[in-house]
Amino acid sequence: MPRICIAERPRAGAPFSLPSTPARRSVAVARTLLLAFLLTLPLAASPSEVAVLDLMVPDLRDLPSLQRGAKLYLNYCHGCHTLKYQRFERTAEDLGIPNELFKQNLIFTGVKIGSLMDNSMDDQTSRNWFGAPPPDLTMVTRARRKEGSRGLFFQNLASGHLEGGGPSWVYTFLRSFYVDAARPFGVNNVVFPDVGMPNVLEDLQGMQRLECQGRHACKLVLDDGGALTVEEFDQAMYDIVNFLWYTSEPSRLDRYRIGVYVLLFIVILGVFTYLLNREFWKDVHE
Amino acid sequence: MAQRQATGMWASFITWLDARMPVTETWEYHLSKYYAPKNFNVWYIFGSLSIFVLVMQIITGIWLTMSYVPTGEGAFASVEYIMRDVELGWLIRYLHSTGASAFFIVVYLHMFRGLMYGSYRTPRELLWLIGMAIYLCLVVEGFLGYLLPWGNMSYWGAQVIVSLVGAVPWIGPDLMEWVRGDFLMSGITLNRFFALHVAALPIVLIVLVFLHLVALHHVGSNNPDGVEIKQNTDENGVPRDGIAFHPYYTVHDIHGVVVFLFIFCVAVFFAPEMFGYFIEAPNFTVADPLKTPDHIAPVWYYTPFYAMLRAATFPLLGVPAKFWGLVVMGSAILVPMVLPWLDKSPVKSIRYKGVASKVMLGLFTISFLVLGYLGTIPPNPFATLLAQAMTMVYFSYFILMPWYTRVEKTKPEPDRVTMR
Repeated sequence: MPRICIAERPRAGAPFSLPSTPARRSVAVARTLLLAFLLTLPLAASPSEVAVLDLMVPDLRDLPSLQRGAKLYLNYCHGCHTLKYQRFERTAEDLGIPNELFKQNLIFTGVKIGSLMDNSMDDQTSRNWFGAPPPDLTMVTRARRKEGSRGLFFQNLASGHLEGGGPSWVYTFLRSFYVDAARPFGVNNVVFPDVGMPNVLEDLQGMQRLECQGRHACKLVLDDGGALTVEEFDQAMYDIVNFLWYTSEPSRLDRYRIGVYVLLFIVILGVFTYLLNREFWKDVHE
Repeated sequence: MAQRQATGMWASFITWLDARMPVTETWEYHLSKYYAPKNFNVWYIFGSLSIFVLVMQIITGIWLTMSYVPTGEGAFASVEYIMRDVELGWLIRYLHSTGASAFFIVVYLHMFRGLMYGSYRTPRELLWLIGMAIYLCLVVEGFLGYLLPWGNMSYWGAQVIVSLVGAVPWIGPDLMEWVRGDFLMSGITLNRFFALHVAALPIVLIVLVFLHLVALHHVGSNNPDGVEIKQNTDENGVPRDGIAFHPYYTVHDIHGVVVFLFIFCVAVFFAPEMFGYFIEAPNFTVADPLKTPDHIAPVWYYTPFYAMLRAATFPLLGVPAKFWGLVVMGSAILVPMVLPWLDKSPVKSIRYKGVASKVMLGLFTISFLVLGYLGTIPPNPFATLLAQAMTMVYFSYFILMPWYTRVEKTKPEPDRVTMR
């Protein structure tokens, strides 16, 4: 039975609620502890130094997470950032959302469900507004592999995630905005210094401030809270990045599944080719 | 071993063919009566594997070409179309991208076997030269192919390498424009690289591989002991240390291919990016002439030569360092061609050569691997110094060879192969 996600646009001021399960709660506790720990770590103040990243291990089998991520992405990010290599219908199918439901709630431009997930943001206009057009995000979690793997290589491997730190980079980025009056949109980002975008998720997270004692001992402090608690917000960001990990390669789970069968086949074939070889070479003496 | 006579319909068919084309003659000359040394070890699998990977690249390449769009506007999106909308397109794409890296691993190991066992020695000099020509074509083919996904690393990597052409004195800038087909890297460059990668060079490669096999079969294979098996034949003219390629090595190589496929499929299905070395991370963003990647590096199989290129840091004789880097890099790729005439040793195989040859081959290998690593990292003063030192070690393997192969004390080469 596919789990149906009732996707709706968030009404202004309405709290964003998540179904609470025991697994969700323990993960939320872990995340709070992790976040509390990380907020006390010194963060590099100068752009040339690299921010400490929080490990994010995606889980493509968590369909509710992917559905929430899709909903959040389409409502908050899609206005500026295209996903123009991914199709709506493929997303609906893979995430277990019926086409009609998806169309009613998540396609805002009235295009056919088989279309690529483009938006109405014009390149020239966005260049004037932001300095550069907002990049397409279909494969951002693969493009940020190198930056994301800094300091996290072994943690990624240890958690069974072999495909690089891109998700960690995006996850930390989304949670690292802070007030900066010198920037055009009034915000800056610890992971991506002098980023050209506003903090779109401000109403969910609240606003952070960068508190520095000396040049290098900096940390992010949450000033005003937003509609979500810290754990809820982290879960929401996890969901968005999980969804972006999905869009970076929709056939990833197929690849793993088929790969297991292929390797099994090759092993069995290899037993027979080994025996055949041994049989033929028996009559080559010495 | 007595051959069974083919009987019935099949025999009549073969007889019909033989009257019109030398089918049986060819089969026997190249397979069932081609006698290869019986002491081949694991190093001898890489020739067959090279053919296997070549065929795989051609077949996956053809299927990719069915859906790929070779224009600046459409290329990147068409690759994602193949990855998402084409049935098993993602598999075809990963087979081709992993296959490119696998091709170089297999070819480098194949060449290393040649260095170890003296496979370039008389009468196999031409075989070696044809092999070097294949390697050169492969280097160009890989470079051309890497531009085709039109990712940001594709674009900027090609930009750097094409700009090397501009370092040639006098004609450089015009030459660059001729290669690019435009005043800058553009869709025009992409389109012509596509034509060369898909049509021109594969044809050249196939012809060269055919010639490579013809040259090999004419003189016969070398072996780990460097013994010429044709010098010891029985009353039928069959080398005593030889066995028929078919069925012994056909069956043997099938197992070799299966073992290779296991390792290959682990990469294809579980690590196609290979930690950013097979598919580099910036290539998941579309090519952008306004946004340079943090660190432009060629794919891993070119990095040894790239490190040598960057190691040339000072101008000479009024000519800028960039040109000398090009000279050093070009020489490094071409110098193995003259190996047959540098090796003055009385024996062929490393098994019977002296300590000097073993040490020099070891140093050469280390220099190649270290240079390979240095080519992947951004330059820094220590790395540049190390690259310069390693470049000299690399070249000394060749330049000093006429001397150390002549003066060293060798072991006597046996008359018959040893089954070690």
